Amino acid sequence: MKTFAYSRAESPEAAVAAGGRFIAGGTNLLDLMKLQIETPESLVDISRLDLAKIEEREDGGLTIGALVPNSDLAADPRVIAGYPVLSRALLAGASGQLRNKASTGGNLLQRTRCYYFYDKATACNKREPGTGCSAIGGVNRILAILGTSEHCIATHPSDMAVAMRALDATIVTLKSDGDRRRIAIGEFYRLPGDTPQIENVLEAGELITHVELPTPPKGEQLYRKVRDRASYAFALVSVAGIVSVEDGKIASAALAFGGLGPMPWRDPAVEAALIGQAPSDAAFAAAADALLKDAKGYGTNDFKIPLTRRTLIASLRELTGVSA
Amino acid sequence: MSTTNALKMDKPVPDSLLDTSTQGIIGKPLDRKEGPLKVSGAATYAAEYQIENLAYGVLVGAPFGKGKITGIDSDVAKALPGVIDVVTDFDKFLTTPAQGLAPKAPQGVENVQYFGEIVAIVLAESFEAARDAAQQVVINHEAADDGRYDFEALKGEAEKPAKGDIPSHFSQGDLDKAMTDAPVTLDVTFTTPSQNSAAMEPHASIATWDDSGMLTLHGSYQMPGNDVEQLAAALGVSKSKVRIVARYVGGGFGSKLGIAPESVAAALAAKALGRPVKAVMARQQVFDATVRRSNTEQRIRLAATADGKLTAMGHETLTSNLPDDDYFEPTGQATHFMYAAENREINHDIVRLDWLLSGSMRAPGEAVGMLALEGAMDELAEKLGIDPIEFRKINEPEMDPEKGVPHSSRELVRCMDVGATSFGWDKRNATPGTRREGEWLVGIGMAAAARANMLQPSEARVTLSATGRATVETDMTDIGTGTYTILGQIAGEVLGLPLEHVDVELGDTNFPTAAGSGGSFGAGSSGTSVYLAAEAIREKIAKAMGVDVDALTLKDGHAVADNRRVPLGELAGEGIVAIGSIKPGKQEKEKTQSSYGAHFAEVGVNAVTGEVRVRRMLGVFAAGRILNAKTARSQCLGGMTFGIGTALTEDLIHDPRNGKLVNRDLAEYHLPVNADVPQLEVEFLEERDIHANPMHAKGIGELGISGAGAAIANAVYNATGIRVRDYPLTLDKILEGLPEL
Repeated sequence: MKTFAYSRAESPEAAVAAGGRFIAGGTNLLDLMKLQIETPESLVDISRLDLAKIEEREDGGLTIGALVPNSDLAADPRVIAGYPVLSRALLAGASGQLRNKASTGGNLLQRTRCYYFYDKATACNKREPGTGCSAIGGVNRILAILGTSEHCIATHPSDMAVAMRALDATIVTLKSDGDRRRIAIGEFYRLPGDTPQIENVLEAGELITHVELPTPPKGEQLYRKVRDRASYAFALVSVAGIVSVEDGKIASAALAFGGLGPMPWRDPAVEAALIGQAPSDAAFAAAADALLKDAKGYGTNDFKIPLTRRTLIASLRELTGVSA
Repeated sequence: MSTTNALKMDKPVPDSLLDTSTQGIIGKPLDRKEGPLKVSGAATYAAEYQIENLAYGVLVGAPFGKGKITGIDSDVAKALPGVIDVVTDFDKFLTTPAQGLAPKAPQGVENVQYFGEIVAIVLAESFEAARDAAQQVVINHEAADDGRYDFEALKGEAEKPAKGDIPSHFSQGDLDKAMTDAPVTLDVTFTTPSQNSAAMEPHASIATWDDSGMLTLHGSYQMPGNDVEQLAAALGVSKSKVRIVARYVGGGFGSKLGIAPESVAAALAAKALGRPVKAVMARQQVFDATVRRSNTEQRIRLAATADGKLTAMGHETLTSNLPDDDYFEPTGQATHFMYAAENREINHDIVRLDWLLSGSMRAPGEAVGMLALEGAMDELAEKLGIDPIEFRKINEPEMDPEKGVPHSSRELVRCMDVGATSFGWDKRNATPGTRREGEWLVGIGMAAAARANMLQPSEARVTLSATGRATVETDMTDIGTGTYTILGQIAGEVLGLPLEHVDVELGDTNFPTAAGSGGSFGAGSSGTSVYLAAEAIREKIAKAMGVDVDALTLKDGHAVADNRRVPLGELAGEGIVAIGSIKPGKQEKEKTQSSYGAHFAEVGVNAVTGEVRVRRMLGVFAAGRILNAKTARSQCLGGMTFGIGTALTEDLIHDPRNGKLVNRDLAEYHLPVNADVPQLEVEFLEERDIHANPMHAKGIGELGISGAGAAIANAVYNATGIRVRDYPLTLDKILEGLPEL
């Protein structure tokens, strides 16, 4: 770890004025600092700010403080009742100890688990722009098949963010100039393109203070995570699904995917293929076709394409009550 | 003045004091003696000794594969606050760890042999400063253009290993002809990946030189008695000038058999600095630069008559290792004696690769060899239409099928029968893919287990003091196995003392030299040395009582004979000291010795995704006398858990472009975690082996892993009808064969 300055912020305003990297649970940042993949000059500890509450809004939605631990969020009765997809996604992630420490805001900002990103003896455009991507042409079993570029095929590792993407969450921030922003989660993450080191639209010093969930959605909710071992493994593919059926037709559908792309993945074409259709394997297959139309395997991750297809179809069956 | 009771195992020992003694603690499921120390953090592991004036060392690995170092630029690192020095020694740093029981370790790092090889150590006043500085050291180099990193591409160039302790090639009869002649044959190839032991405690050393030139190394090692020779040789000092202390070891599984790079780096740095140095390998360095189990490619050929009698067995293996190391994973070790068949061919060849060293990992040979053999047995049984257990019974050999000598003890058939009953084998549907519970395809499978039994030279000193307490001293280690407890039980049983009255001191080369922990020979070897020492003390007590030793009863700290009951302390005088010394003898050639078992597994395979989850497992084992039912059970549970990892998750991946390990941390090298390990059951069968040692006990530390993964893979087949021969059985290998949704 490189030497760094450390300060504790007394308020969100003071935190953004301090102008350093924010640290809350530190479950990802500290690991990366030990490896000197992250080398902040100064850390601003926000963990004691008053941002650890979950509050109901008048419109029926929830406002989640950025410091609410993953464990607390997963166990909140309002989340379990109105947003089970989120609770299940949280519990599918990491381990109990990590979930106790990990914060809501920090979870959104997790860095990729690409093997090569973690290893400074290798080239990585995300870690050191311009050095090349070792994963392309290398071992990429856990890496992305959607939204990749010739510069980076990393995946975003979060489970929570996948559920939030399906829930159309809004990320509320405080900028260093004191302005607040409300960013739809669909607008929050960036594709790698030729700047894979830039992963989201946050500006320097901008602090996530809250995440807003809209009114609990109609329909069935599901989070399904496919993984190499039963605990503490990142998703090979995960599906966050919210589907309602009315009069024998799919009335609404929100489907987001983990393990496939550089961000929690959501594609309007998938939902368009479903809405208005009677739930059926044919409709589900069309949704899978839409999702995977541009999917690109890189060798050892080719299996993710058929795996995703099967997982999506099975998830849609479960969500709509259609049996095989 | 001590007496020595030495035994060479040339003849069977039919009578054991452990059967005639009356203390009643041998075999009992007693708690670990050191358990409270471990759970309270009071057991001191290698890196935890508080030593004054300690400098902190962090190792630097070569950031390239095969190549030559042209210079080490450490100016930036040395200028950082708190940094003392950057030390390297191109001649003396270890190239790789030493193999277990090898006389010495390969040395020299100027010509780097593999990615991550340890080439320097950074020393600082704090660990944090050293770790920071280590990342600023620049290793200038010229990468070799002839690096060999791709097993698949190079496997055609395999070569026969140099002659060693284990013969690499064996042939009997005519395998090819038997394959042609037989009505039913099988010819299949299995692959297993490289694996890492992933012991919880990383390799760690604290080196301290005293004014007389004596080195004390607090290290995490399995075999201090041999490690001390390797360390002395590496440093070019006399063995008498080196002491290794390894009182507690947080797991080894083979990775700590021989000295590793941190020991020599710490010792050289401590010498250079004139102060003690601590070096703990980072987890990534444990992966990169200690030792792996070799990947293997195993071709199994079996031929049988229509009624299931094997006529031929072929087990031909490719393993991999560095150009100068002839260690090979002895996958055929159990194949030599498992089943009867006239024509046999068991070969091992090495593919030379510039990957990190391959060496012994828990049950070297059987752990992955039985994945292939027992998988093939399952396949051929199905082809023959014979139940897999019945098929193994048909081929149960009366004698060792190659050496023609008897088995010392062999309860494989009973293990299978008992296991079949306990597990509910009769409920298995022999037609695969026919049992479904919702999304899950469910199946059960079995495999036989065997692990060769070995005896190694071992010595221990036992002292009976005037207070009536006994002390056991040996440089034997407890690597989490229960050694402290079983040695206390053996001494207590023979001397008539409760376990609380026996002190056990281990892991210090100032004590008599033991076998160390490895090859499942630790308990049998070191235990026998304690037994022999206690036996000698018993005779002295008889003399002090003035009775014949056979007329003597020792119980609860008293000697009873001749209508007298005398406290042992009174009979001990100034103290009775005895050395027990055991050596292997003719028994290992005259009898084939092995522990046996049978594994049963039930798995669920997700019909959508191919995810495999083990639902329950049972292991039934016969390993001679069980010295402590609790620690023995724990050994088997641990072995079976290893089996789950072997079957389903563990896969140490090398980048074929430069030999670099890709998944070099515990997030991406997938050991089975709690959620992957269901209820595991262990049953032991009563057995005695009079040819193994006077305790009649056989090895158990590696039996639980042997065959366990094959039972799981066979269960996956039973569940799905998909035969995956490429371990581990990750979902991508199953997906293709799954039914359409």
